[in-house]
Amino acid sequence: MSSLEIKNLHVSIGEKEIVKGFTLTINSGEVHAIMGPNGTGKSTLSKAIAGHPDYKITQGEVLVDGKSILELEADERARAGIFLAFQYPSEITGVSIANFLRAALQARLAEGEELDASAYYKRLYDKMDRLKIDRKFTSRAVNEGFSGGEKKRCEILQMAMLEPKFALMDETDSGLDIDALRIVAEGVNAMRGPNLGVLLITHYQRLLDYIVPDHVHVMYDGQIVKSGDKSLALELEAKGYDWVKKEFATASAR
Amino acid sequence: MSAPTSAPRSLTGSFPAEAFAQHLTSLAGAPAWWLDRQRAAYETYAGLPMPRRTDESWRFSNVVGLSLDGFTANPAASPTALTSPFGTPHLAFLNNTVVNRNAVPAELVRQGVVVTTLVEAAAQHPELLRAHFMAQPQKLGSGKFAALHSAFVGAGAFVYVPRGVEVKEPILITHAAAGAGSAVFPHTLVVLEENARATVVDHFVSADDAAHFACGANDLYAGHGSQLTYIGAQDWSRTSRSFQFNSTVVRRDARVQSLNLHLGGRQARHESLSQLQAPGAFSEMLALTVADDTQEFDQRTLQIHQAPNTKSDLLYKNALRDQSKTIFSGLIVVDPDAQKTDAYQSNRNLMLSDDAEASSLPGLEIQANDVRCTHGATTSRIDPEQEFYLQARGISKAAADELLTFGFFEEVLNRLESDPLHDVLRTLIQSQFKK
Repeated sequence: MSSLEIKNLHVSIGEKEIVKGFTLTINSGEVHAIMGPNGTGKSTLSKAIAGHPDYKITQGEVLVDGKSILELEADERARAGIFLAFQYPSEITGVSIANFLRAALQARLAEGEELDASAYYKRLYDKMDRLKIDRKFTSRAVNEGFSGGEKKRCEILQMAMLEPKFALMDETDSGLDIDALRIVAEGVNAMRGPNLGVLLITHYQRLLDYIVPDHVHVMYDGQIVKSGDKSLALELEAKGYDWVKKEFATASAR
Repeated sequence: MSAPTSAPRSLTGSFPAEAFAQHLTSLAGAPAWWLDRQRAAYETYAGLPMPRRTDESWRFSNVVGLSLDGFTANPAASPTALTSPFGTPHLAFLNNTVVNRNAVPAELVRQGVVVTTLVEAAAQHPELLRAHFMAQPQKLGSGKFAALHSAFVGAGAFVYVPRGVEVKEPILITHAAAGAGSAVFPHTLVVLEENARATVVDHFVSADDAAHFACGANDLYAGHGSQLTYIGAQDWSRTSRSFQFNSTVVRRDARVQSLNLHLGGRQARHESLSQLQAPGAFSEMLALTVADDTQEFDQRTLQIHQAPNTKSDLLYKNALRDQSKTIFSGLIVVDPDAQKTDAYQSNRNLMLSDDAEASSLPGLEIQANDVRCTHGATTSRIDPEQEFYLQARGISKAAADELLTFGFFEEVLNRLESDPLHDVLRTLIQSQFKK
């Protein structure tokens, strides 16, 4: 049982503060959805936790199993169990998916220890089959020339191979048609369980029909302004984000 | 026969007339024309000044670092077992002496394939050697060093593939240096007759970490309709100084693909000349460099189109780390009657450090009017978003840079048809990142 504790987190890009006191604890086994209008700091939150160098954490803490990860480089955070599923995954020319994932797994082994290549491919092919990714993709350059759906499936494949403790999924549903969405959701649902905690960032309620969250939080202006169960997502869908904005404005005015 | 000149010591350095005379005595069995060419070359060497900062062909180079002193002109060699990641060499040289040889398959010998030393070739195939050995012009600025090579070359490989014969497995030649200050003069001469096919690999390697002086040449001659793949893998010690001169002659409908990998040396200069001499000739010139620490790699190229309907395609990629430096200077020359020339030249630099420096001097000199010539140079840094993406998967920054460098190199490595050679080159490049 692991925990990811985000305490009063403040994040700036340049001089501009984007995340303004975000607090949330995710335990393994739980799926938390974060919803909110564009520009409210959802993506910034996930990239800052993953260790993007452009995102400056000015205040607060992020703890994995009680230990701060803020002094760690992005790769160290990943090896500590954080996985960021990118909204816009990078295209890496000339690096095949097989070599990329191999390097990622090799990075998790002790110095001098070598990855068992045949076991690796067996596992890779198995995960690819489940995500309905053509096995030929192993030799293709990472994300290069992939469709939106292929890129997102490739993110889920990486998550399945790397088995993180916590997955931060940044708008994984964006750019997906309904079939791709279903495959991606199945992939995530298959990984749900006592060893994984998920932070699901989404703009739309649609994704939550497929990945049903345990908790839903509404983020506005850099912090959580409302929390509830999955019915909150439906309420949000019905009333729209203006409702949140109005409530928040009233709350701040008080 | 005239006695070698007594030139001022400042112009001959560690290679004075006595050293040259000593070299000649080691070549007692060589034919008169060879010795005459060497004497003439030595005169040229001793008469030419050292390159100057103001010489156009040495622009951006560290000419101050080009001392001729502190080397041993005729180093001794002791038998050493040399291993190469490319496999068992057919010929292995150490300090200008053959230390190991493995015959090519009997079937190839029966077909007339020759893989031997230059000295033996001079005795057994005098006409061939005389026609091709030290027969190509040097045009890229290292006249003095090219002459030094021609004066001192003794040990070298001669590869000959007769008309219509295909050699499937690569012919491997190792050129090694050992001992502090040892000067070596590697030479590989490849002659492919009409419609012959072969792959030749030169592997340049130091047997220890000492500083060596390597001054080598490889001359490639591709007869009508022949196909040659050439790999030159330079992995001298990090304190060595290296010069390598390539000359490629491509005849009618022949195709030469050469890939030079540059890893070693403190300061390494590579000059490559392709002469497209008859219609249908095609020269593909590829190079990969991983520069780190304070290494300097200086690459000068010339693509000369001397006949109509000829093609050349140059792609040189450099990855620069630390405070390293690379220089690329390339020129495409199209002669007046070389209509329908298709020439391409591209130098791409990947900067892995803010302190590294890449200079690029592409050039064209076109005297025909119906041609397609393009050239370009780009210098880019690692994309920080790509780097973050890899790091977000747990890959360290150093490993991410290595992976991205391979990604950058893949376009060149993928041009090789042979997967095993591709893999060996990858391994060599990988070892550079582990240093």
